[in-house]
Amino acid sequence: MVFMRKVAIVGVGMSKFGEEWTRGYRDMLIEAGGRALADCNLHGEEIDGIYVGTMAPGSLVGQEHIGALVADFMGLNPVPATRVEAACASGGVALRTGYLAVASGAHDCVVVGGVEKMTDTPGNEVTSALGGAGDQEWELFMGATFPAIYALMARRHMLEYGTTEEQMASVAVKNHLNASKNKFAHFQNEITIEMVLKSKAVASPLKLFDCSPITDGAAAVVLMPLEKAKKYAQMPIEIIASAQASDALALHSRESMTSLRATKVAAKKAFETANLAPKDIDVVEVHDCFTIAEIMAIEDLGFFEKGKGGAATQEGKTALNSEISVNTSGGLKGCGHPVGATGVKQAVEIAWQLRGQAEARQVKDAKIGMTHNVGGSGATAVVHIFKRAE
Amino acid sequence: MPSENLAITWRRLPERYRLAGSACDNCKTNYFPSRKLCPKCRRKGKIIAKQFSGKGKIYSFTEVTSGPVGFELEVPYVLAIVELEEGPKLTAQVVGISDKEVKIGDSVEMVFRKIMEDSEEGLIHYGYKFRLVK
Repeated sequence: MVFMRKVAIVGVGMSKFGEEWTRGYRDMLIEAGGRALADCNLHGEEIDGIYVGTMAPGSLVGQEHIGALVADFMGLNPVPATRVEAACASGGVALRTGYLAVASGAHDCVVVGGVEKMTDTPGNEVTSALGGAGDQEWELFMGATFPAIYALMARRHMLEYGTTEEQMASVAVKNHLNASKNKFAHFQNEITIEMVLKSKAVASPLKLFDCSPITDGAAAVVLMPLEKAKKYAQMPIEIIASAQASDALALHSRESMTSLRATKVAAKKAFETANLAPKDIDVVEVHDCFTIAEIMAIEDLGFFEKGKGGAATQEGKTALNSEISVNTSGGLKGCGHPVGATGVKQAVEIAWQLRGQAEARQVKDAKIGMTHNVGGSGATAVVHIFKRAE
Repeated sequence: MPSENLAITWRRLPERYRLAGSACDNCKTNYFPSRKLCPKCRRKGKIIAKQFSGKGKIYSFTEVTSGPVGFELEVPYVLAIVELEEGPKLTAQVVGISDKEVKIGDSVEMVFRKIMEDSEEGLIHYGYKFRLVK
């Protein structure tokens, strides 16, 4: 690792997340990419690599080869463009791929995009396409859905640690409140615990408002070696750790169903690389595809003891400017979850936080931030740590 | 679930119809669904056939009310992780009950059932489900 260059984010941008009936994959990604380039005043000639995280364009709208599509429509041909897929962690793994490309010296200026167009497809077909993140032959074939798989984890968490439906609901309430302060978020409305508890059953004990929504959106960041970054950005954001881990694809093959081993391994590696501990993190974007997922994430990342994540959330310890500000963007629940875009959007939010540009949801004096992106029910986890470059 | 062709269905029949799994003769770990490589021993492993009894316990469960493609007529159904008495866990439906009538730790046994129909003219898929043992 000694030969690796330091890497910084110089520009960030995202499209408005939501039900974007008038726009498809290329439109949203080009908007996000254009904003990221404008953010660091780049015209495009400097770019020598493109990575795009997207999970299921083939299943959702029949379009593959998104990398080349984007290079074409952004006017960046003949720059090499590569699609990266790791289910719902596609964006985070694309970011890591771009980071490695710049750190290694292979590329000097890389655009990393993430995108998903989900509302062109009927709901049950989206459910089936997302199901591909799990084991098609041994989970999906038997009637499993992603809400069902996370419900199986939630039921164990409730049994082993006494986590309650109210505690899970408090994750959704907090994330909607944060989203209401984010003009790019899918949901702009606050909700109550009672609304979550009374929402339609999806897969018991999970209800509709425990689930992240079906969202369209894209996000993009521009990466450069740190030594060049100052020339383009007033406040470059250095990526001080990038770590990824794998685990069994099917939930039933895992050692634990109340903890994601891939998250724990990736987090440990990231903290070691950055020489930091959970207490040093000011703001974190975690993968809350379901409310139980945020509770497990804040435990597995080391912010709270195993089994205490639900109570900590209910007590407000993860709210904006509390003990640890979790999912200031609104998270997957409030900001929305265009699957391939999510991992990149998390980095966009952290960059805004560390630059002091997060408006009404600004974490006071945020210096160090973290992102945590999960693929499937925990078969891939990718963790990044960021700081304001000196 | 997207449509499965006949070949995929055919090669999974021994597992889906009668819980034919595998085991590693080196570390004595049982695998269901079967594995052709022992992830613990890798090249040192020796995979052999293993027949599972179909008896187990509920490890976790949920009632699915919003189903994927092909399961529109099946909802609501109870989906569980079953821990087989030989060790491995699997994902399967539990028949004839609602989520109010089952709890973690309940004993179950395998039954052979229709899983779903691809379409009116497509394949009818069969496989294992489980039922509570009184």
